Amino acid sequence: MSQLLCISILFALGYIVGGGRNRAHLRHLDKREAELRGFVATTGLTVPKHGSFSDPTLVSGGVVISVDYFKRFIAAFHSIIGGRVKTYEDLMSRGRREAIIRMKHAAASQGADAIINVRIETTRMANGRGDKQTAGIEVLAYGTAVRTA
Amino acid sequence: MLISNIETIPGREVQEILGLVSGSTVRAKHIGRDIMAGLKNIVGGELQGYTELLQEARDEATERMKKEAQALGADAVVNVRFSTSSVAQGAAELFAYGTAVRLA
Repeated sequence: MSQLLCISILFALGYIVGGGRNRAHLRHLDKREAELRGFVATTGLTVPKHGSFSDPTLVSGGVVISVDYFKRFIAAFHSIIGGRVKTYEDLMSRGRREAIIRMKHAAASQGADAIINVRIETTRMANGRGDKQTAGIEVLAYGTAVRTA
Repeated sequence: MLISNIETIPGREVQEILGLVSGSTVRAKHIGRDIMAGLKNIVGGELQGYTELLQEARDEATERMKKEAQALGADAVVNVRFSTSSVAQGAAELFAYGTAVRLA
C-alpha cells in the first residue's frame, strides 16, 4: 500500500513539476535560439559569401538531460506496444538544441563569428541502479569556431 | 597549440603530418552527485552535476591529447574527434583524438 502511495507521489511529481520544467525549458530554448539566429553554424567547411577564415579554435557545448518519472513510465509502456516514443524524441531534441546553443555561446564569447564542421554526438549515461533505467543522455555539439573575413 | 576539427588550419599550410594523437580519461561520478541526479531524475531536466563532470573530463582528455602532440613537436592538432562511452555503471570514458601536424 505504502509502495503504491510512493509511486503515485513520484508520478504526480513527474507529471506536474516535470511537465512544467519541460515547458519552461522549451520557452527558454526558443528565446535563446531567436537571439542566436544570425550566428552561422554549419556542418560543412565553407560559409557562402565569406572568403577566408582565421583564428580557428575548437568549441563545444554539452548537456546531460533526463526525462521525468511520468514520461519514463509512458516510454516503458510504448516499448510494449511499439511505435513512436514521443517523450524520448522530445528529450533528444531538447538536449541537442541546448548543446548547440551552448556551443554557439562559447564561440561568440571568444569573438568568433561562425562555427564550421559542426558535429553532434549523443551518449546514453548508464544509471547506477541498473541498466534498464537511463540516468539521462549526454549531447555534445562541437565544431571549429572561426572569424570570417 | 591550435586545435580544430577540420582538416586544415585556415590561413596556414600543413607542412608535415606527425601522426595520430589521443587523450582519454575515465571518470566516475561521486556519490553526492549521484544522489542528486537520482532525485533530479524524478522531475527530469538537466543533470547539472553530470554536465559539469563530463565537461571537466573532456577538457582533461583534450589537454592530454595536446601534451602528446607537444611531445611530437606539433604546432596544431587537426581533425579532432570526441567520443564518449559508458564503460561501467557510473563511469564514463571521454576520448579525444586527432592528427598532430607541423605548420609551415
